[in-house]
Amino acid sequence: MADETSTQVTGELTITLNGTQVDARKGELLIAAAERHGVYIPHFCYHPRMRPVGMCRMCIVEVDTGRGPTLQPSCMLECAEGMVVDTESDVTSKAQDGILEFLLINHPLDCPVCDKGGECPLQDQTMAYGPGESRFVESKRHHEKPIPISDLVLLDRERCILCDRCTRFAKEVAGDPLIHFINRGNHTEVNTFPDEPFASYFSGNTVQICPVGALTATPYRFKARPWDLEQVESTCQTCSVGCRVAVQSSRNEVLRYVGVDSDPVNWGWLCDKGRFAFESVNGDERLGEPLVRTGGELRPARWSEAIASAAEVLQSTLTAHGPEAIGVIGGARLTNEAAYAWAKLAKGVLGTDNVDAQLGDGLPAEVVLGLPSATIDEVCAPGGTVIVLGPDTKEELPVLFLRLRHAVLNDGVRLIEIAPTATGLSAIATASLIHHPGETAEVARALVGQPGLGTDAGGVNSAALEVARAAIAAGGPVRVVLGRASVAESVSWTVEAASILSSIPDTSFLMALRRGNVRGAIDLGLSPGLLPGRVTLDGGRANLSGLWPTVPATPGMDTTAMLTAAAEGHLRTLVLVGADPLADFPDRDLARRALAGVETIIATDTYLTGSSSLAGVVLPAAGFAEVSGTTTNLEGRVSVLSQRVTPPGTARSDWAIASDLARALGVDLGFASVEDILTEISSAAPSHAGLADALASSSDTDGVVVPLSGPTPADALLSFTVPTSDALLPRHSYSLRLVVGRKLYDEGTAVHHSPAMTNLPVGGALRLNRYDFDRLGVAEGDLVRVIAPALTIEAPVVVDPAVPRGSAGAWFNQDGLCAADLIDITAPLTVLQVESLNGQGAGS
Amino acid sequence: MTVSDVAPIITSRFANPDAHTLSGYRATGGYQALAKALSMSPEAVANEVKEASLLGRGGAGFPAGVKWGFCPPGVWPRYLVVNGDESEPGTYKDRMLMERDPHQLIEGVLLACYAVGCGQAFLYVRGEMALAQERIAAALNEAYAAGLVGRNIMGSDFSVDVILHWGAGAYIVGEETALIESLEGERGMPRLKPPFFPAAKGLYMQPTIVNNVETLSNVPWIVNNGAAAYNELGAEASRGTRMFAVSGHVKNPGVFEVEFGTTTFRDIIFDPRYAGGILGDRAVKAFIPGGASAPWFFEEHLDLPLEKGTVDRAGSMLGSGAIVVMDETTDVVRACLSLVRFFAHESCGKCTPCREGTTWLERILTRIISGQGRPTDLDLLLDVSDNISPGIAWPPKQTTICPLGPSAVSPISSALTRFRGEFEALIDDAVAARTAVTPVEITVGSHG
Amino acid sequence: MARLTPENEVLARTIIGRYPVPKSALIPLLHLAQEQDGWVTDEAMAHIAELVGVSAAEVLGTCSFYEMFKREPVGRYLVNICTNISCVLMGSDDLLSHAEQRLGVTVGETTPDGTFTLEGVECIAACTEAPCLQVNYRYRYKVTPESFDELVDDLAAGAFADEIPPHGTLARVRQVIAADRVAGAVEPTDGRQPEWMGDPDGGAS
Repeated sequence: MADETSTQVTGELTITLNGTQVDARKGELLIAAAERHGVYIPHFCYHPRMRPVGMCRMCIVEVDTGRGPTLQPSCMLECAEGMVVDTESDVTSKAQDGILEFLLINHPLDCPVCDKGGECPLQDQTMAYGPGESRFVESKRHHEKPIPISDLVLLDRERCILCDRCTRFAKEVAGDPLIHFINRGNHTEVNTFPDEPFASYFSGNTVQICPVGALTATPYRFKARPWDLEQVESTCQTCSVGCRVAVQSSRNEVLRYVGVDSDPVNWGWLCDKGRFAFESVNGDERLGEPLVRTGGELRPARWSEAIASAAEVLQSTLTAHGPEAIGVIGGARLTNEAAYAWAKLAKGVLGTDNVDAQLGDGLPAEVVLGLPSATIDEVCAPGGTVIVLGPDTKEELPVLFLRLRHAVLNDGVRLIEIAPTATGLSAIATASLIHHPGETAEVARALVGQPGLGTDAGGVNSAALEVARAAIAAGGPVRVVLGRASVAESVSWTVEAASILSSIPDTSFLMALRRGNVRGAIDLGLSPGLLPGRVTLDGGRANLSGLWPTVPATPGMDTTAMLTAAAEGHLRTLVLVGADPLADFPDRDLARRALAGVETIIATDTYLTGSSSLAGVVLPAAGFAEVSGTTTNLEGRVSVLSQRVTPPGTARSDWAIASDLARALGVDLGFASVEDILTEISSAAPSHAGLADALASSSDTDGVVVPLSGPTPADALLSFTVPTSDALLPRHSYSLRLVVGRKLYDEGTAVHHSPAMTNLPVGGALRLNRYDFDRLGVAEGDLVRVIAPALTIEAPVVVDPAVPRGSAGAWFNQDGLCAADLIDITAPLTVLQVESLNGQGAGS
Repeated sequence: MTVSDVAPIITSRFANPDAHTLSGYRATGGYQALAKALSMSPEAVANEVKEASLLGRGGAGFPAGVKWGFCPPGVWPRYLVVNGDESEPGTYKDRMLMERDPHQLIEGVLLACYAVGCGQAFLYVRGEMALAQERIAAALNEAYAAGLVGRNIMGSDFSVDVILHWGAGAYIVGEETALIESLEGERGMPRLKPPFFPAAKGLYMQPTIVNNVETLSNVPWIVNNGAAAYNELGAEASRGTRMFAVSGHVKNPGVFEVEFGTTTFRDIIFDPRYAGGILGDRAVKAFIPGGASAPWFFEEHLDLPLEKGTVDRAGSMLGSGAIVVMDETTDVVRACLSLVRFFAHESCGKCTPCREGTTWLERILTRIISGQGRPTDLDLLLDVSDNISPGIAWPPKQTTICPLGPSAVSPISSALTRFRGEFEALIDDAVAARTAVTPVEITVGSHG
Repeated sequence: MARLTPENEVLARTIIGRYPVPKSALIPLLHLAQEQDGWVTDEAMAHIAELVGVSAAEVLGTCSFYEMFKREPVGRYLVNICTNISCVLMGSDDLLSHAEQRLGVTVGETTPDGTFTLEGVECIAACTEAPCLQVNYRYRYKVTPESFDELVDDLAAGAFADEIPPHGTLARVRQVIAADRVAGAVEPTDGRQPEWMGDPDGGAS
């Protein structure tokens, strides 16, 4: 599919460009056609991913459409048959020189101290064509030098050339029109409303697209000059969208990420969390040496000692209790190669199938692999219908949100959201089906016209339901963005709903999973019951004979089951591969009991976390920008990850750690390099057949979607059991159903260890609809008594119009009220009682 | 207010103190055109206006009936936007029409909506015109109550709301695409034409007719009396009558409705029935024939008729019907600055050459007047002008989005071409004054 | 000094309802806010943003483009003297200087007692009556220094309270459309051909 958009389109028109006849496409802007034919027309306001506005006038060129040559902005002019264009005529040059001079008369001469210096389009144009001296003898416009317009972005209005790129991006692309042109004429400036900062999740993009140094990012300010930066292209692993990014460093320190325009994925955009998480690569608290617990405390140790210690624990567990007593949790932040190495170590050497890269907050791997899949481009294809049944994409998969937003606003895509609370997409959704928690499947039944278990379609607005049905009935493909909208309820309803929706003809799914390489980890076997290549244990065993010493006989446990077993004393050794169940598992009480219940924890990580600090052995891992390999995004798109800097101390890549552990257990995993592993993956994993060659011959920027060609290998279309509910949970007026989603900024490693972002998490509070709020008789910010299954706590409460009546919202992994403390993972749905401390109870 | 020997068309009720009321309007034939139109097909009404050579009175002079025909067939809804944002310096006529005969305008609006099929009309009145706003509001309230506006007008199936909307102070909003932006609640910044011609993509990107107040005020008369009667007046394409404001150094400044196309500048400036000649019987130094944006005319142009084509060919325009007369005592450099400062102040800031260029021109002129001129300044003025309006020709070419930037060039090019010596004298004086100053002694090494 | 009053909020909703797209009501609502408080407060802009469904920055973007909207307090009487071509030719420069001296302020300033704010403005469409001025957008023609002084004295004495409302109030007659007379706002997505245009030509597109 990606190929279609990137194929060279044969010209439908012929234009004359500087005396040469060249082809142009119908509807193609002149500036783009010229660039395609190697003729660069200078510009500042034009940006290929935004609506042209023709404001800066730098791109005016002489165009003759049969009525004599006139000056036309080439960014606003669509090519027409026979058009004669001269980008180099005297008239064109004079006009462009004039515009450049106009832009410079009020532009300050502070290039030497400007972050943009060296990569500044205005500076470049001036160097190339500008006048040697200024004819402007008056004083320039003055504004207060940079003013912070958010925690992350500073604005220098003197440098601004009013090109409308940032303001257009904010309104049109991000939907956050918090910066705007203010005042008029020569006094025009960009600014925010007083005391209302540019708090957009996408603000960093405005810094990147600013054609001068008017917008700068706090974390990069005065850090480096562009000519001192070295860069490699890579793929962001902050979430599973997999945005292409240029990693830039100087003196072995990562200093900046810049979005790269991958046509099938991110269009050049990044979210601020992804963009500014580079600070966490350089964090002072990075683990740089192995730690081994001696005398009750973690103390630095040599690698040989730490590996031997870990191997000894694993070996003795194997000997005493068998492989089933070992569990491996994590792996979703690794490269594909490391994921494969860990799968081989766990399943092929240790022989345990208790392996899960997800932390009880995802979808069963069989569902991920078993449903027909759609790419982002297919989801966003003009004219179709998208059903978003999952998390708030703006919070969890921000650039997917941008793509969906664009598709709805510009390409006529009809978007139906099925969610327990309003989301970032609600405002533009064709139909927003906000339902009672735990009744997702009921909504799906109503949508496809199946009889419901209840009478009110999960409580959704009936008019919206009609609109949604009409959207589907309008025909065209249906693409479902599928994930977990709330981790406070069982995944089974999501699976049931997905199954119901898959009965709509021509339906396919995009898996909205958390964590950068969760898809690669599942594909390569870090999931119970699966082997590399999207195959079951039985289906894949034959592929691995000769490559793997052993393959587990029967499916093992997922993370929830492992933690439950550990809490009950049935799991002896737990290996945490970059996983922190105390922070990330939905039920913190269970996680706490599980970690206390195992004999030994072995952890690999980049930072010491709540969980890894309980380990017996901690192995420091190299992280993003410190390792090379490949990664797989939520579409199944494999792209290349590149190393730019060396890891701190003696930290090592995860595949090498796996390899060393295997060696200490007496097994050679059989690879000495990342390339060796990729080669083995290409032969061992059916879905990845031919991957190494395909990557070598593909565009680095776009990567390749696996499986590469032909029908999916038969074994990959996994069957999964669809849970069917036969009754709805009773609704009680005295209790509130808990909904737990995530905010972009949480207390996870990326934010916590990036100084520029540490103030951004919203903090925890219980969020209620105004109706329930009033019912409780509390005021904004009051403390209330929250009675959860496992504990009763006092927590602040706030009004949130996104939360419907009868539900209570709590964000995951925030300071203050932490949702994981409230969730009981053994219950199908966590239900709370909330009492005012003034003595009034909900519903009383 | 004086009237020529031709019976007035649009100012006929100006003498009646109750012309702005419904009863006053009806007593003088008001809303008869509407009743007549409702008995005709919309197409027939549109044809009648198209037959009449009714040139738009806002400035560009495009035939209104032809403009009505530009809406793409079958695309609905269509809107009508009335441009009552009169603000071109020298122009004073639309305000008078709105204050003194609001029903005539409303009737014209209704006729246009009926003929074109506009589902809703917006009457955009300049923000600073409080009395016009009051008179139109009162007139609309009366007309609504009388069943003349709103649902089922005069009992027919013709239904349209006419919404009174006020501006808030921005000259550029008089440009039709900026007017539309403003009506959408945006900053009044012009759109690029192409691709956004209002008749195809206007208000809310729907087909939209934007007509000037004076233009629409002619429509009831045309429907009542027929295009043929209208075309009997005037010459060439300039038919009917037209309102001109004559201001500046004249004895009897005023707004005069005269026969279009035949009356000459000399007539309207010197005839005792009109402006009555130059103050103190001094000589004419220059006059602006069509508002601040128009290149200046001089003595030798006085016998040109007020006819669009003729004036265009002579290198200027009738624009918004604003004639500003400057006598021989006028300081043209100051007059020039006054005009250029206006355009710099009113530049919307959207495109670079207008935002930066007009301000630069203003600052150079200010420098020259304040005794800081340099010998290179006159060439600089012309070159900056050239970068806004390449070739400094008429009709102007532009590197800008809309004609505002080139409008600032008109006074500079007119004044510099004709009166360069007056600029040079100021600069020479400044240079002489600077050289006469004794250099300040600087003592090296002292901090005193 | 604040958000729109409940009465004005009701009026605001009526005004919004007249337009096919709510944002079109921005300028009328900003006028309403200015009529209420004499100037446009940040709180009013934020309130208007809520009512219209846009961001406060967008409201500020529009508000700050138009000269009549004052984002800080001005005098009870805003005296605007035209400084454009026709008036300049007839001596408005001198009139403006005289006004500065008489009021004891420079252009753009407000008298200490808060009665007058003086501005030099662009053409106000009374060119044949030059030099002219407006007080709260009510005209005075062919103004001389002497007639200016008289005007100031009269205004200060409250002589024109009936004719000239305090700054912020423009037209004192508002458009009122009775419910049974409303034809209705026509939304841009309403693709229907108007009834009176004869047989539908399949116009809905």
